[in-house]
Amino acid sequence: MIAVTSKSRRSRRIESAIFWVLRLATYFILACATYIFLDIGIKGGRTVFTTTPPFINVPFLTEPPQTLYVFDYEGKTLTLSDRQFREWKTTHADVEVNPSSVAYSAGGIWPCIVGTALLVIGSMALALLIGISSAIYLSEYSRNGRMIRLVRIAILNLAGVPSIVFGLFGFGLFVIFFGWNVSLIAGWFTLGLMVLPAIITASEESLRAVPQGLREGSLALGASKWQTIRKNVLPYAMPGILTSSILGIARVAGETAPIMFTAAYAMKDEMPWQVARWTDFFFQGVMALPYHIYVVSSKIPQNEYTERVQYGGAFVFLFLVMLIALTSIVLRERSRSRLSW
Amino acid sequence: MVNIIEMPEITSPTIANQPAPSPEPGVERAMIEIEDVDFSYGTHQVLHDVSLSVPARAVTAFIGPSGCGKTTLLRCLNRMNDLIDGAQITKGSIRIEGTDINASSVDVVDLRRRVGMVFQKSNPFPKSIYDNVAYGLRIAGVTKRSLIDEAVEKSLRSAALWEEVKDRLHVSGYGLSGGQQQRLCIARALAVEPEIVLMDEPCSALDPIATAKVEELIRQLKEQYTIVIVTHNMQQAGRCSDRTAFFYLGRLIEVDDTAKIFSNPGQRQTEEYITGRFG
Repeated sequence: MIAVTSKSRRSRRIESAIFWVLRLATYFILACATYIFLDIGIKGGRTVFTTTPPFINVPFLTEPPQTLYVFDYEGKTLTLSDRQFREWKTTHADVEVNPSSVAYSAGGIWPCIVGTALLVIGSMALALLIGISSAIYLSEYSRNGRMIRLVRIAILNLAGVPSIVFGLFGFGLFVIFFGWNVSLIAGWFTLGLMVLPAIITASEESLRAVPQGLREGSLALGASKWQTIRKNVLPYAMPGILTSSILGIARVAGETAPIMFTAAYAMKDEMPWQVARWTDFFFQGVMALPYHIYVVSSKIPQNEYTERVQYGGAFVFLFLVMLIALTSIVLRERSRSRLSW
Repeated sequence: MVNIIEMPEITSPTIANQPAPSPEPGVERAMIEIEDVDFSYGTHQVLHDVSLSVPARAVTAFIGPSGCGKTTLLRCLNRMNDLIDGAQITKGSIRIEGTDINASSVDVVDLRRRVGMVFQKSNPFPKSIYDNVAYGLRIAGVTKRSLIDEAVEKSLRSAALWEEVKDRLHVSGYGLSGGQQQRLCIARALAVEPEIVLMDEPCSALDPIATAKVEELIRQLKEQYTIVIVTHNMQQAGRCSDRTAFFYLGRLIEVDDTAKIFSNPGQRQTEEYITGRFG
């Protein structure tokens, strides 16, 4: 038995081959993630960071996108934003130049950050309202029957619908049928519906994690069902619901497909608060980060000047999403240690 | 099998809310009357034809091996089984001071306010000691601070916990020891001034010293309250109850004064269980 036969050598080879396949598959993930983060970090970092104090390219974060003008003048290649070009013209009125223009590649991404923030706030508020309500109904009130099974299947299906289909649905229902046009409110409803299954599932889980003893203890003291839920279940489920929902925020902020027909403009000169009447606020399209990245990456002719805003936008976007995810993790850990039974 | 003398049913509406005459010898004034109750979880029947009277201002103990239905019966008394899908009384009635508690006109919230419950696993709310005790009152709509303060102190004193916690009323109830937590749950139940207190194995998770405290408490509480206690511990039933009901496989085998059950039980099964031959 001690002698190494050819068969056991073969099986050992298989063992180590499998081991390496599995190991390489894992390292492949690491390599991809590293590449993505480095690529965006390095190229985007060039846009977002500067070598002089305050080391962050503030105009990139606080200015709207502008057209970039590139032209040769006195042997130098000048790259000027729309506004800079017009100022330059006033001092060089007599000079005839023939600039090539690159759309959106100068200025910053401020309206996109604002637009994405508005979309996230509205759609999450909507989704939390509907999602928590239905989760309370499902986990606290409903008794298992055919109707509830149907509801659960519907939720599962909703979770599996591709986001572009949500976009088309929102376009058909909110934009066309309800006549809301491309607007914040259409985007809110579309994104809200898309993230609803995640919120319902997270809320149900958090509600179920509240010990049954707390419900029984409360009911045994003469509390009604709703009093019990409001005073003795929901407060303890809320941290879990909110932290899980933060991951929903990352999804809502990140999706392009649902908003491209329903809420996003490629370019808009006014900021969202610059509206004539307050009701117009809800019925205006906005710029949004993911859609902006899509536009500058595929809708304009590519050249060496477009990379700046593509990678800069991606960098800021990635940073914001990571920040949200990190917040979620920190909050979850904290609420876990505070409420333990 | 069940040694209860059948008495004519008294349910005429004119005296429906009067304490009914006792259907059971040895019970002077019945607080709760359980009559021919069958109970099922879905298709699984767990109580068979149980009839029993619980005397007012006394301690009644339910004993029996695991799965004999004693906890189920206890949870019928404040309709806690309503929370379980498919669980229902299929036959018979339960009357508290003459009122059928399963009648459609009975408000279950009001019933539970009158019939308090202490659970097997102490379940303080993740709130301060004060807020735990005040919970039931606030739920009932009491907002006056002085009234709540008064009731909190009174309940904690009744539960023999006041001296131990009076200096830290506003720290979390989770910081208390197991026995203190259980007495906090008793205080919480007493705060809403119920008439009946149901206790589901209140000492099963407690050490002997904490158990002794809770048992002493139970003996004191019967001055004011009608107490029904489910217990696995026969010595406990012997120490703190006035009447004992022995259940086996979903049937009431015997009910009598505790002294008699433990010294001279009428049924062979009771004797075997009490002497530790099974269960």
